[in-house]
Order: sequence, then C-alpha cells, then structure tokens
Amino acid sequence: MKLSSLSQQKLGWLLCTPALVAMIAVTAYPIVYACYLSLFRYDLRFPDKRAFTGIDNYLSVLSSTVWWEALLNTVIITAVSVSMELLLGMGFALIMHRAIIGRRLVRSAVLVPYGIITVVAALIWKFAFLPDTGFVGNLTGIDIAWFSQRWSAFIIIILTEIWKTTPFMALLLLAGLTLVPENLLRAARVDGAGPWQRFTLITLPIMKQTIAVALLFRTLDAFRIFDTVFVQTRGAQNTESVSIVGYHALISRLNLGLGSAVSILIFLCVLFIAAAYIKGFDIAGALTGKEKP
Amino acid sequence: MRRYQTPAKRKTGYRLLPAALFLLLATAAGCSEEQSSPTPTLKWYIFDEPSGAFADAAADCSENSGGRYRIDLVPLPTDADQQREQLVRRLAARDSDIDIVGMDVIWTAEFAEAGWILPWPEKMAAEATSGRLDSAIASASYDDRLQAAPFTTNTQLLWYRTDRIDSVPTTWEELLKTAESLGDQGTVQVQGARYEGLTVFFNSLLSSAGGDILKNHEMVLDEDATREALAILQSIARSPAAPASLATSREDQSRLAFEAGDSTFMINYTFVWPSARENAPEIAENMGWARWPAVSEDRPSRVTIGGINLGVAAYSDHSDLAFAAASCLSSEANQRLAAHKGGLPPTITALYHDEEVQKTFPFADVLLETLKDGSQRPQTPLYNDVSMAISHTLHPLRAIEPQEDIDTLRREIERALHSEGLL
Repeated sequence: MKLSSLSQQKLGWLLCTPALVAMIAVTAYPIVYACYLSLFRYDLRFPDKRAFTGIDNYLSVLSSTVWWEALLNTVIITAVSVSMELLLGMGFALIMHRAIIGRRLVRSAVLVPYGIITVVAALIWKFAFLPDTGFVGNLTGIDIAWFSQRWSAFIIIILTEIWKTTPFMALLLLAGLTLVPENLLRAARVDGAGPWQRFTLITLPIMKQTIAVALLFRTLDAFRIFDTVFVQTRGAQNTESVSIVGYHALISRLNLGLGSAVSILIFLCVLFIAAAYIKGFDIAGALTGKEKP
Repeated sequence: MRRYQTPAKRKTGYRLLPAALFLLLATAAGCSEEQSSPTPTLKWYIFDEPSGAFADAAADCSENSGGRYRIDLVPLPTDADQQREQLVRRLAARDSDIDIVGMDVIWTAEFAEAGWILPWPEKMAAEATSGRLDSAIASASYDDRLQAAPFTTNTQLLWYRTDRIDSVPTTWEELLKTAESLGDQGTVQVQGARYEGLTVFFNSLLSSAGGDILKNHEMVLDEDATREALAILQSIARSPAAPASLATSREDQSRLAFEAGDSTFMINYTFVWPSARENAPEIAENMGWARWPAVSEDRPSRVTIGGINLGVAAYSDHSDLAFAAASCLSSEANQRLAAHKGGLPPTITALYHDEEVQKTFPFADVLLETLKDGSQRPQTPLYNDVSMAISHTLHPLRAIEPQEDIDTLRREIERALHSEGLL
C-alpha cells in the first residue's frame, strides 16, 4: 500500500503511533497500575496479606492530618516560590531582552543556576546555612539553626527553589517578550504612553498566554517538590511536601496501596491545577495550537 | 579478550563484531564463574563504621575460613533510616547480592516476618548465644526463634558533672529536684524531638515503671505504669531544668550542649564519653556516670537497648557459609575488636571484665548492670509505625496531659498496628 493512498488523517495517526506507544508504556500504564494498586491493602513486606479494600486507602489518607499538613506546606511553597519567580523572572527577562552590551554574557549568567542539578543546588544552600560550616551565619550575624525551625527551614527551601528555577521562568518570558512588536511600542510612545503604561497595556496583554504557560509549568513543577526538601530537611520540622509523604509510604514503608493512593491524589491535584490555569487564563488554544474561533 | 577484539575491528570492520561480542561475553561469564567457584564472596551490608573495626573483622574471618569464603564489606549510610531504606528496597526485590545484614535491633521483627532473613539454625544457635546478654538475645529473637547473631549492643546512662553535685540522684524526682536547685547550670539534657528517640525515652520510662507497650503482638499499655511514665515526661518538660531546645533535641544536640558546659545532667548513649574526651577534655575530667534514673525507689530502672545483630539474608546464594561467617564476625575476638577500636559495647558478658574493654569503657560495670536489665522496644514488624504513633502523640512533651494522653496513645498505637493511615 502506498502512503499516498492513505487518508491524511490515517497517515497522521500512523506517524503518531510510535510516540503514542511510548506514551502508553511510560505514562498511561503506570498511572493505571497505580490506580489499581491504590485499591488494595498491599504491603510489600507482607505480600501474602494483600487484599482488595476499595477506597479505604483514600479514606485513610484523606482523614489523616499528615496529608493535609503536607498539602498546606506544598501549597505555601508553591504559591510563594512561583509568585516570586514570576516577578524576578520578568525582571530578568526584561534585562535580557533590553541588554545592549554583553547580551550573551547577561543571558548566560542568568541561566547558570538552572544548569545546576537540583540536588546539588539544595546541598549548596544547605551548607551555606548550616550553623557550623555555613558562611551565612558569619556574614549576616544571624546565628540560628536554620533547619531546626519550621519557618526558617521553609525560607531556605523556598529561596533554593526561587534561585534554581527563576532562570527557567525568565527564559520562557523572554520568548514571550520577543512576540511584542517593536512598532506597537514605538507607536504607543509617540501617543504619549509612559514606560509603565506601555508595559501594562501592551506588553503584558500580548504576553498573557506566555505568562500563563510559564506559570502553569512552574506551578506543576513546584507542586511536586521533592529533592530540595529531601536534601535539606528530609521533612523534619513539619516541612513535608506531598511528594515526601508519598515517598515515605511507598519507599520507607513499602506500603504500595497507601503510597499509590497518595500518588493518585497528587496526580488529581496536578490535574486540578492544570485545569484551573487553562480555564482561568483561557489558554486552551495556546497549548493545543488551535486558534480560537 | 583484547586479542579477539582488536583484529576483528581493524580487518573486517563490523561483520565480526557480533562474534567478538559473543566471545567477550562468554569469556566474561567464564571469568566470573571461575572466580566464584573456589572462594565464594559474601557481601556484608552494614553501616559505615569509621574506625575500620568491621573491615578488620571481615578480613580476619575471611582469612580464618581457610578459603571457604571471603567477606566483602558493603558500607551503608550512618543514618539508621537510610540504612533500612536501602536494605528494604533490595530485600523486597529479592536481591541475592546481600548475604549478611547488619541489622538494627528494631528491624528484627520486620525482617523476620517479611521472610527477608533466615532463622538461625538450631544447631548453630548455641554458639551464637552462649555467654551473650539475655537482653541482646531477646533483641535478636522473634517468634521464639533466634533470627540473628547478637553482635553489638548499646544503652543510655545518666551522665553528670562530678564537680557540681555530691550525691547522684537515683530517681527522676530526685534528679529534677537536684537539677532545679542548681539554677541556670542545672539543665538536664534529654531527647524530646519528634523522632524515634522519643519513643525510646518513653519505652524506658514505661519499662522502669513496670509496664509494656506490647506483649505478644497485643497492645498492653498498663494504666498505672503509663500514667506514671507520662507524668514524668510532663514534669521534665515543665521543669525549669529542661533544656530550652527540648522540642528539637536529639542525642547529638544533647551531647553538644553538655560539652558546652552549661548542663549538669545528660541522658545519652556511651558515644558521648570518647566525644567529650576529645572535644571538651576539661568537662570529661569532671564527667561522672550512673545508672539511668528509676521511676520509683523500689524498682531499678529498665532502659531500652540498641545495637546491631547480624542476620543472614534469605535470598543469599551461600546461606550456609553466611551463617558460618556471621558466627565468626560476632565471635568474642571480633566483639573485642569492635569494642576497643570502634567503641561499640559487646554482647558477650565476659568481655565487660576484659581489661582492654574496661579501658575503652571505664563505666563498663554500670553499663553491664543496665544491659542485664535492658528493655526491648515493641517487637513488632510494624515498629516503625508504632514508633511514629508514639512520638507524634507525645510531642511536644510540654503539652502532655497524662490521663488524656493514655487514651490518645492507645488509639494511635492501635491504628498503627493495623497499618492504617499515613505516618
């Protein structure tokens, strides 16, 4: 059979098949399997006692204060770090966009933290703030054990996140900035619009979809925060994120049922966040590539 | 190998590559077989002991085996939770690489119940238990069978400043009274953070009051003893002699605080002794030791014991040799080595009268007395869950209300025993 005899649509599907198969194997299958596991009492230490328990695992998770505390922690970390990243990222994007001299140098410098592995970044910040080895205590004269209190541990976790991923935000926003036509800005200037007016009335509306996509990416990423917390506090002083709770159930306790229930709940939260952004910013078009009618 | 590979590549390009690869694999497989058949290698997974005492023991036993086996040390992290995590992941996946496991006493029940370690063969049990402390044997047993060879043990003592007090308090009540009378210098360093150490503290108090958390897998928590234990925890936390950082204090924080000199008492393990001698010699000079305070005058304290036992992994390819090797590793000579070089208290009673060991542990007599009356942590495969239930309920110590908290404890432990809920 010649390719041309296939209808356009069938050809499309045919070409998509390899990607589709890969997606099913590495994404769909694990999700479905986790869903299935979450309905069982299944502890890898005692595999013989495996039994179907319906939604018991979910009830157990949702009635536990551990889950809700971790969810609150995660929401705090996500909200604070993503909003700070947006502000800083926008600043960096404008600098990178407008830089006249040393443009390359500026861009590379801004991107350096993003090139560092998260675990390494988390360790750098941890060492910097440790009372005995860190330089922060000496430099600022604040001599406290940063990781032994909840609020101070949070500050460092959030600062690490911001430091590490602001470049990513800046990069996405920079792409958005290049979409803003120079002519439009010049015309506005001629009409007497000040820099702030040009930014809020022209640049921001045009960038809306880019901003939404950048926020969406970062929020989903921040919500699944694991490595920074794991390296810096291991969840002590009530700094557990939902991923850490899942890790404890799955890896430390080998409780596949309960752990899968936590994973599925995190997945649902992520779905909810994504849906909320798409609805709230009206960016379905930007993500699927289809223009709105 | 090189002889086959190089000409194949140069002369005939890629046509011979599969053949070369095959040959390479075949020779590689041949090599490993050849290596393993005369002297099997046993992998000993145990925490990374800094002094090298374990490495010496492994070398020693390998040599004395007469070529029957060779022991390779695989160091695990120093943190007990991380050790367990790595082991459990491998064991749950039936990894045959593990032959001998250095097990914290709290894992015995879990590993045995899950079938990850083999029960000690009856005919070898006598060798592994003869002359060993009863409490250490109990910590290595589950379901009335020996599951591992008792290797090292440990427990807490009361450390105090000989230059500040005349007579050593023997009960908690007395201790707090003495401490409070000393004013600012009277601080009592205990562990009150929300972690497993808090469970240990509670367990020691409860045992000293004559109670138990579990017996035969069932929750006991005797009403009177539990109330007494909780009341003591409460009075420690609310005493002016409690450290300011009680809510986050673990063993190491206690040690550092004591070495700083502002505290008169400390409840801690024996590692504080070599540490004080090295870091704060002027304080070590005035450092005394005594048995853990009792709950009441008429009943000696019963303190929770720790330590490492050697188990044989169920998926090992050489379990017979592993049993022999573990017996050798936990023999008297190697326990002496671990005590002398690594500062790990032995499980063999006679060693506490050994001159060399007494030099390492000048407090050997008190230590032995305490260990003889040692108490076990709840022996259940769900220890981790139970421990979290206890430490989460009791933390912070200041907020304890004995009567109410008995009920909360009962409820939470019951939940944990049914492995319900997140921890």
